[in-house]
Amino acid sequence: MKLKYLLPVVLLALVFSCSTDNEDDTDPLNEVEGLMLVKEIVNGDQTIELFNKKGMFETGYNAISIRIKNNTDDTYFENASITWMPMMQMPTMQHSCPRSAITKALGKNTVYEGFIIYQMTNTDGSGWSLTLNYTIDGMDYSVTETISVMQYENQNTASFMASDDTRYILALIEPKNPSIAVNTMKVGLFKMQNMMTFPVVEDYTITLDPRMPGMGNHSSPNNTDLTFNSTDNFYYGDLSLTMTGYWKLNLKLMNASNEVLKGEDVTEENEASSLYLELEF
Amino acid sequence: MKKLIIILFCLLFSIHGISQEKKKEEKKDTTKLEEVVIKSRRKLSSYRQEKTLSSIDDYLEKANNVIMIKRGNYAWEPTINNMASDRLVVTIDGMQIFGACTDKMDPITSYVDVSNLEKVIVGSGQEGTENGHCLGGGIDLQLPTSKFNESGLKTSADLGYETNGNFIATGLEIEYAGKEFFISADGIYRKSENYKAGNDLEVLYSQFQKCNISLQSGYKFSEVHIVDVNVIYDRATDVGYPALPMDVSLAEALITSLTHNYKPEDKSLKSLETKLYFNTITHIMDDTKRPVVPIRMDMPGWSDTFGFYSKADILKGKHHFIFNLNGFYNKSLAEMTMFSNNPNEPDMFMYTWPDIRTLYSGLFVKDNWHIGDGKSIASSLRLGYHTNRIAKDVGVESLQIFHPNIDDQQNRFLMSMASSYTIKKEYSNITFGLGYGERAPSVSEGYGFFLFNSFDNYDYIGNPNLKNEKAFEANFSFKQKFNDFEIGVQSSYFHIMDYIIGDIAPNVSSMTIGANGVRVYTALDNASIFDVYLNGSYKISDSFSINGTIGYNNGKGSHREHLPLIRPFSYFTEVSYNKPKFNVALQLDGNGNQSNYSSFYGENKTASYAVLNLNLGNAFYGEKGRAILKYGIENILDAKYSTYADWNNIPRQGRNFYINLSFVMH
Repeated sequence: MKLKYLLPVVLLALVFSCSTDNEDDTDPLNEVEGLMLVKEIVNGDQTIELFNKKGMFETGYNAISIRIKNNTDDTYFENASITWMPMMQMPTMQHSCPRSAITKALGKNTVYEGFIIYQMTNTDGSGWSLTLNYTIDGMDYSVTETISVMQYENQNTASFMASDDTRYILALIEPKNPSIAVNTMKVGLFKMQNMMTFPVVEDYTITLDPRMPGMGNHSSPNNTDLTFNSTDNFYYGDLSLTMTGYWKLNLKLMNASNEVLKGEDVTEENEASSLYLELEF
Repeated sequence: MKKLIIILFCLLFSIHGISQEKKKEEKKDTTKLEEVVIKSRRKLSSYRQEKTLSSIDDYLEKANNVIMIKRGNYAWEPTINNMASDRLVVTIDGMQIFGACTDKMDPITSYVDVSNLEKVIVGSGQEGTENGHCLGGGIDLQLPTSKFNESGLKTSADLGYETNGNFIATGLEIEYAGKEFFISADGIYRKSENYKAGNDLEVLYSQFQKCNISLQSGYKFSEVHIVDVNVIYDRATDVGYPALPMDVSLAEALITSLTHNYKPEDKSLKSLETKLYFNTITHIMDDTKRPVVPIRMDMPGWSDTFGFYSKADILKGKHHFIFNLNGFYNKSLAEMTMFSNNPNEPDMFMYTWPDIRTLYSGLFVKDNWHIGDGKSIASSLRLGYHTNRIAKDVGVESLQIFHPNIDDQQNRFLMSMASSYTIKKEYSNITFGLGYGERAPSVSEGYGFFLFNSFDNYDYIGNPNLKNEKAFEANFSFKQKFNDFEIGVQSSYFHIMDYIIGDIAPNVSSMTIGANGVRVYTALDNASIFDVYLNGSYKISDSFSINGTIGYNNGKGSHREHLPLIRPFSYFTEVSYNKPKFNVALQLDGNGNQSNYSSFYGENKTASYAVLNLNLGNAFYGEKGRAILKYGIENILDAKYSTYADWNNIPRQGRNFYINLSFVMH
């Protein structure tokens, strides 16, 4: 074999054998690998960085990763405790939305994570602001910044008044990448206790009837109702999808004593439930 | 396993010896098939081939127990003993080839034309297992072999026209046979517009157009070694299926093979034929010609098969052995994309055959033992190992919606055996046969995903966990001659265990808009199929004869329901007059009322019918060649009728005048 053919192979081999050396170094930059920056909020000596998969906030469930940078030496704090308060400014009032506590990401030093479920937004993405309160080395800090939340193309969250005169918020979390299969469906269910407080609703049942309106309301077999999982406070069920396309996930919310609080059965006469989520793939 | 096949193949190529061969000469008369050889004594009388340009479909239908299921005017699906594709093995010269349509719109017989073939061998039941496992029987469409008779250049041309549907057919064949080299090329083109049923009723979407070209070449390396190459390209476009909601815009096949023939002389090994083959099929369904559909869709399908066989013919004393070692690898993929009527919704997609790979290897052994005194025993055995694998993960996952416990791979061991005892006397002939066979589920039965069956209006879901279907078979035939009168009876009985058929899955919503529901392939404990045919013929004079057949068929499942597509009481009579240069025949063909229809599987009662046909033929011989003229009228009385085998009761052709003209030039 001629040298000119051999040379690139040798070079490639060298490059590959060298590139695996520094695996153990915890490069802080690597801790957000695969995530995209949504927003940087500068607050004096600190910069708070917000990340997620898409690099933008959208209505519905948003898993968010957070880092706080020390602007004086460009390092990241590893010992912060953070809380947050998203706020929607309406013409006459303001309200918040369901969100989790913020915890240190498992196995990471500088990344904190949590989720926020934006149940609505203005058409231009305006209206929301995010307040972050954090403590580093006994010092309390606070910063508020407007954020933009875009409308997701489908109804991946539902905010509704149920027959028990309570407002609930339901958000689709999984499947993130649906396939023609039995998918695990995961939703979050929250109650609007007041404008600022959205506790998790426990031990309800959400019945599931996925349909394709474009295919004569075709349904799929072997779906299961969503039930509460107390270990992570979400609802889980099986969602069968028989083909790609647009699916309407018709739901019925039932309380612990099996009373229907919202939604109807899908029948010949009733094409869809008033409570539903949407999915497209 | 793939490696094993390759190794075996190499071995076979390396064990050839040298010697002299016995020349077997076969004449091919224009596009006329030499014969349809029906094993188990179901002989086709040659005078029943009324058109030289008839399709293979027409051709096969002349055999008693072969019935064609019709979904239109093209690509009919053969059944033997009331069993269709899944229970048959249909091969082209021993080559495995599988249709690419999930809705059985492309039986294998639609990818070849009579011009490609020399003869068709139909084996009933376990007599059809030479090339694969089957329950109902086997059809082998045999290609001509090269001849080295130094006949030089021969040209033949065919022209055909039929009034009903304005059907035209033209064919051209050129052949050169030298001492060591043989080449033959032929092409055929057929085109039909919508045909008309009785009472001038136009059957919409019954048009078709097809062209077929084939090339064969052989080279004789020595007196004992011959190598043949055969390529067939078949392309049908604009094929309407009046019985189905969709048509076909393209059905295309490329069928290639390389054959080595070793024919030693003065050895008990008479011949060793080894073939390596590849075929590929593309099938594209189309609904653009239909003005109103619930939803527009694309449904393409592909099927590729590689394979080999090696077949040895051995004569030793009173035994005639046939060994056939074969293997194939098939890839079947079909998908469906639906375009929502709501432009904001994305296209909907699924794999209807999620890339199924089938690997089979098996060995067939047959012994024909001529005991003497006209007595003989024929016994055969086929053993095979069959593997199905779902190559696409999404295929496994989508089937898991219905069957949570499935793997991507299924292995099966298959066994078929048969034995028959024949006593031949001067004026009589009697045969008893027994058989046992197994078959693996077909790709659709095992892995189909929402395959719409317009016959019973259900969507079908495959089941990879199906057991092998098994059948015990008993058959009997008897023929007796009394001077000019001949009478024959033939009968088969099949007791089928784990009979594969779709069962309604309650509460599962259909995918096809307007379908009744979903059926999942399951197995009945057992089913039985029985058929009996009575033939009689009487020779009034040397050239004047009359013959007739009546048949009775029955099929029932263990759930006490009738099986679908079982032929009702049938009859056929013919009066014919034959001279060397002229023949004429008047036929009456009919079925009784279909009283044992299967409403459970979407059948309704088909009324009795009878049609009258007249066909005539002339032959002209000249110095440079000959001409054959065939003409006649089909359905003289213009009856409007459909048979039990007409999908969704589409009516058959009304009155049709036809003429075929063939020239052969030496």
